[in-house]
Amino acid sequence: MGGWAIAVHGGAGVDPNLPPQRQEEAKQLLTRCLNLGISALRSSLPAIDVVELVVRELESDPLFNSGRGSALTEKGTVEMEASIMDGPKRRCGAVSGLTTVKNPISLARLVMDKSPHSYMAFDGAEEFARRQGVALVDNQYFITEENVGMLKLAKEANSILFDYRIPTVGLETCSAGAASVEAALQMNGLPLSVYAPETVGCVVVDGQGRCAAGTSTGGLMNKMSGRIGDSPLIGAGTYAGELCGVSCTGEGEAIIRGTLARDVAAVMEYKGLGLQEAVDFVIKERLDEGMAGMIAVSRNGEVAYGFNTTGMFRGCATEDGFMEVGIWE
Amino acid sequence: MGWAIALHGGAGDIPLSLPPERREPREAALRHCLQIGVAALQTKRPPLDVVELVVRELENNPNFNAGRGSVLTTDGTVEMEACIMDGNTKKCGAVSGLTTVVNPISLARLVMEKTPHIYLAFDGAEAFAREQGVETVDASHFITPENIERLKQAKEANRVQIDYTQPITKDMKKETPTADGDSQIGTVGCVAVDTHGNLAAATSTGGMVNKMVGRIGDTPIVGAGNYANSLCAVSATGKGEAIIRSTVARDVAALMEYKGLSLDEAAAYVISECAPRGTAGLVAVSATGEVTMQFNTTGMFRACASEDGYSEIGIWPNSMQN
Repeated sequence: MGGWAIAVHGGAGVDPNLPPQRQEEAKQLLTRCLNLGISALRSSLPAIDVVELVVRELESDPLFNSGRGSALTEKGTVEMEASIMDGPKRRCGAVSGLTTVKNPISLARLVMDKSPHSYMAFDGAEEFARRQGVALVDNQYFITEENVGMLKLAKEANSILFDYRIPTVGLETCSAGAASVEAALQMNGLPLSVYAPETVGCVVVDGQGRCAAGTSTGGLMNKMSGRIGDSPLIGAGTYAGELCGVSCTGEGEAIIRGTLARDVAAVMEYKGLGLQEAVDFVIKERLDEGMAGMIAVSRNGEVAYGFNTTGMFRGCATEDGFMEVGIWE
Repeated sequence: MGWAIALHGGAGDIPLSLPPERREPREAALRHCLQIGVAALQTKRPPLDVVELVVRELENNPNFNAGRGSVLTTDGTVEMEACIMDGNTKKCGAVSGLTTVVNPISLARLVMEKTPHIYLAFDGAEAFAREQGVETVDASHFITPENIERLKQAKEANRVQIDYTQPITKDMKKETPTADGDSQIGTVGCVAVDTHGNLAAATSTGGMVNKMVGRIGDTPIVGAGNYANSLCAVSATGKGEAIIRSTVARDVAALMEYKGLSLDEAAAYVISECAPRGTAGLVAVSATGEVTMQFNTTGMFRACASEDGYSEIGIWPNSMQN
């Protein structure tokens, strides 16, 4: 036992009709990020640095719902949030309501390392970002054409919540045609094709057994401005302690109510469960009707994931050469 | 089994030399809030209603760090946050960055009941408040002379620390006791259980003196400062950053659930082993009507009562002033 391990995710809850090309793009991104993390681990970078590095890469790519490519608020703007946690002393940092910060995970890290606080949000967080001199861009930078289209679909879907006829607006990247099938597959009240839950995250245990976790997102499509989800909440979307590091994704409300990330660590600490057992337990017992997924690593160099959704974009690798990237069961 | 209720007005470095004119109004407030909470439970109001109405009362009292009487940010403004949770359903609501809402806990409840979300903050939360027509006032309503003084002293303390040759690191940064010694008091909260074992928890605060604008503490983070499930309801107070990393409220419940500890044992464990000395206090009730109030700080303004006739109001350890 022992050695490093890493897992990344790009969100739980995948449209089963996702075009093969999109699936391929997603797997390539996950592979690239995994390899980035693996090189860093091989050069002995501490877990916390690897987590930040990998999440930055996920944020910079417009494919998933974080940083560039974030889901849009009901106003058509982007409000991003992230959290990061360093297992050894359970230090943590989180941010919400970011509109110009290019890499939210890095600002979360700065909150952890350079401020007396753990969580900064909205104007205050943006001001802190300015003072720290991090890369800032116009809010437009984060907005993609695809998400503008998704927002429109989400607004339409919301206005006809119990009508199984979802209007087919020609959007190439999603299965607008299979409307009635999708209507049954919903998360957070929206059809899966529109929901775009692709929060990103990374968990790492380094060669010294130190665990770390990070999660970043644009949040829920069509969310109310000011809405905060599970990703920046320590214990919900992100957690890292002596025993493990966890990052969750899916229905924010369910993850918060179930304090999912903390519970994985808690059943390991208080019930002595192993990593995979803990993940399975939490997914099975802590979600009620909620839909979510998670990735986790243990200080012993194990990696695990679990989800009760239709698919979860993920990748994992361990020092002994194991590597896997996947979407479905 | 029977009903039980516990409430707090903040844990911190409350000096034993606290003068009567600072102590008595708070004790009276705790007594009053306990009475209205008990009366509500006796008339079978659901615990969710009970914790909300008690916390509203604490928010309205300028002697506690919530609602009116909230401590000030480094800019001299007030930014309030709150969280409410229903044990049965585990539904919850939270708000942060409120500046004009008279009762943050009630807005948190509206987030829970009237939106598909759990947590709204800053401008978005204020806009929601207006949509909902809750009572709002000018931001100056919440600011009290004591808090202006506390902020001044906190800034002076920082300035003095800067004068020393060492840079300020997170570990070194401590709040210096002010003349009345209670600059570290934070947060109000209430937990309640009825005769059917229904549980609820509510917590509300102005945060930390001289906090950076936009800083969020443990109070609105489900599992940190506030938590309720079918086993227990917990409200925590103290140093936000420590409570967040130790997921204090959730851990009390987790220890009961995963390790089979009693309410008392779980609370004691969390307070003594999980949160560093001087950083945390909590009140909690269990589904079977037990109540516990524990803290690792000098004191915690608190009160509790249960159906079997027990009641307690206190500030320092083992205080039995009634």
